Amino acid sequence: MTDKSHDPNQMTGAAMIVRAFIDHGVQHVFGYPGGAVLPIYDEIFQQSEVEHILVRHEQGAGHAAEGYARSTGKPGVVLVTSGPGATNMVTPLTDALMDSIPLVCITGQVPTHLIGNDAFQECDTVGITRPATKHNWLVRDVNDLARVLHEAFYVATTGRPGPVVVDVPKDVQFATGTYHPPRKSDVHISYTPRVKGDENQIRKAVAMLANAKRPVIYTGGGVINSGPEASQLLRQLVEATGFPITSTLMGLGAYPASGPNWLGMLGMHGTYEANMTMHDCDVMLCVGARFDDRITGRTDAFSPGSKKIHIDIDPSSINKNIRVDVPIIGDAGNVLGDLLHVFKAEARKPDIKAWWQQIAQWRARNSLSYRKNNDIILPQYAIQRLFELTRGKDTYITTEVGQHQMWAAQFYGFEEPHRWMTSGGLGTMGYGLPAAVGVQVAHPDSLVIDIAGDASVQMTIQEMSTAVQFELPIKIFILNNQYMGMVRQWQQLLHGNRLSHSYSEALPDFVKLADAYGCVGLQATKPSDLDGAIKEMIAIKRPVLFDCRVAALENCFPMIPSGKAHNEMLLPEEATDEATAKAFSGGKALV
Amino acid sequence: MNQPASAYFLEERHDPTETHTLSVLVQNEPGVLARVIGLFSGRGYNIDSLTVSETENQKHLSRITIVTTGTPMVIQQIKHQLDRMIPVYRVVDMTLTGSSIERELAMVKVRGGGDHRVEALRLADAFRARVIDATTESFVFEITGNSSKISQFIDLMRPLGLVEVSRTGVAAITRGPEGM
Repeated sequence: MTDKSHDPNQMTGAAMIVRAFIDHGVQHVFGYPGGAVLPIYDEIFQQSEVEHILVRHEQGAGHAAEGYARSTGKPGVVLVTSGPGATNMVTPLTDALMDSIPLVCITGQVPTHLIGNDAFQECDTVGITRPATKHNWLVRDVNDLARVLHEAFYVATTGRPGPVVVDVPKDVQFATGTYHPPRKSDVHISYTPRVKGDENQIRKAVAMLANAKRPVIYTGGGVINSGPEASQLLRQLVEATGFPITSTLMGLGAYPASGPNWLGMLGMHGTYEANMTMHDCDVMLCVGARFDDRITGRTDAFSPGSKKIHIDIDPSSINKNIRVDVPIIGDAGNVLGDLLHVFKAEARKPDIKAWWQQIAQWRARNSLSYRKNNDIILPQYAIQRLFELTRGKDTYITTEVGQHQMWAAQFYGFEEPHRWMTSGGLGTMGYGLPAAVGVQVAHPDSLVIDIAGDASVQMTIQEMSTAVQFELPIKIFILNNQYMGMVRQWQQLLHGNRLSHSYSEALPDFVKLADAYGCVGLQATKPSDLDGAIKEMIAIKRPVLFDCRVAALENCFPMIPSGKAHNEMLLPEEATDEATAKAFSGGKALV
Repeated sequence: MNQPASAYFLEERHDPTETHTLSVLVQNEPGVLARVIGLFSGRGYNIDSLTVSETENQKHLSRITIVTTGTPMVIQQIKHQLDRMIPVYRVVDMTLTGSSIERELAMVKVRGGGDHRVEALRLADAFRARVIDATTESFVFEITGNSSKISQFIDLMRPLGLVEVSRTGVAAITRGPEGM
């Protein structure tokens, strides 16, 4: 026994967890203590290599870790207690699963002998989180803990990234066992994500691209997840081919918004030119996107005349919604590198002048236009001004979910990857504020702005307290229209303007609320005030709640009514009451 | 409306469905069956039959045999979704191998006397079912075969005093010297 006490690898389960964090380069953990994780918190207290960020609600920890992960490319780490701690993590875990964000979540569990007894703060964490994670583990033996922790980090960060949960009963945290540093054999031999694309498929794809008359490149979050090199390779591919490029909500920033070939975002609230280009193209190169229903609209009318190439690391994304002609399983960056290499060696830039002329005509429709207003701040204008006044600064943008999110995607130009954090797949209201906390932790000197709505922001507003405690100067830019704007828009368009419960009664005074939290409150009510107030917000080195009072009834256009095709978009100038009614007729069933 | 109102309703396509038998080799660890079943219920896939048991206890491997029905695109999705689960080693579509053998075992309890009892025994003999329990008023037959043979046998027992049936679900293996 005395020998063992001198073995540095002999330690408690709680100590192993902190050691594993250090061995995996974790610098920040987002969490909230509770009975079933006290031994781990005791270990955290006695060291200084890992900094713990105390949130105000476990959901906040999850979204903060997502923002951290998405802005750095590193896994976000969360530590929460059993029972309610774990159930409060279900939303961020599902969010991360949908958007392929690497999270490692450690949950405490009641002692093993109490599992199944309905003990205090017990829940079936692995059962509840099974469909919300890429994989999860319940560790019953302290000697399995090191292996499981290392495997958890590996699974979260490789292949298609995603969230994992390691559930650790309290007695396992107290028990002493043998730790080992990460090693290859820690991972299931059944888990072998494919990184390199098939050479023959890549050659086939290049031949199709080289002969394209009306090509388009359509990219998604997979390019961002693959790392900054993937975005560079994508830019080189666009340069080498001269093809137009569009992206999903999750993929913004992979190709710069100022780039000459950029069409804007596609999909339900995408630009006219992006959607028409998708609809009429003859060759589509999809990289790291998954033909989501918000992208495709009517699947049977989706890009009917095109041959489709699909690069994805997850074989289950291939042929799920849309049948493709050339699937390539592999990492976006790796395959783009090989594709570019083969294209440069074997193909020449095809002549697609006529296609660009057609696209120029679509662009001339100016689908993001809106009428100017000198008296009321229009939300689109607010985001345009925010973009102009933060241009060239080291800025990260997060959002909540709703109209403001779509306007942010339409009007804020992203030049680089990892600068845009938004809840795409799950559509989680309340994502943006805690995500901003996480981004600011990772980038303490950068300008981090959550473009928010008045309804969404209230879902996780308690995290302002976290921002104040940890001196994180996040800026919460609330487009306050006193409605759940997107709900109201759909009610107007689809439900006879019966605005059922979409009005925000009894909104808090955000300026006073900021004061109560010990941060700074600002307000702008007139377009003429806006620039000055935004500049003031940027200059303040403390957290800010910015109450931007915008037009209450503005709708988000252009819009593809769901169930319609890309060439049936509703443009703002066409959105008269009659046209809208016609476009949405029979649409009550829309989702 | 001729046109579907939502992207979601487009799923209601009437592509012909197919029935496939999938063999899934998994790491035998806690929760692995729940993962597989949860995938089917969570994504709305059908399970016609499911059989699972440890097959190589040295390596802690279990073999799950699933019979499922869906359009070709859905069947392909199911295979990909299974294959990407962390503890899944291999997924083989036995139906596509074209040379698989499928067997199921059933125990069939029949109660009755007189002519019915004689007829039940005679049919059991024709189906090569064995009597594994008998009382003066009942039999339990054990029958092995493919699923349709077993269903046929059960249908024949119905008018002869069928009490209850316990079926194992399908196990499948390929012909020839190669393993999966």
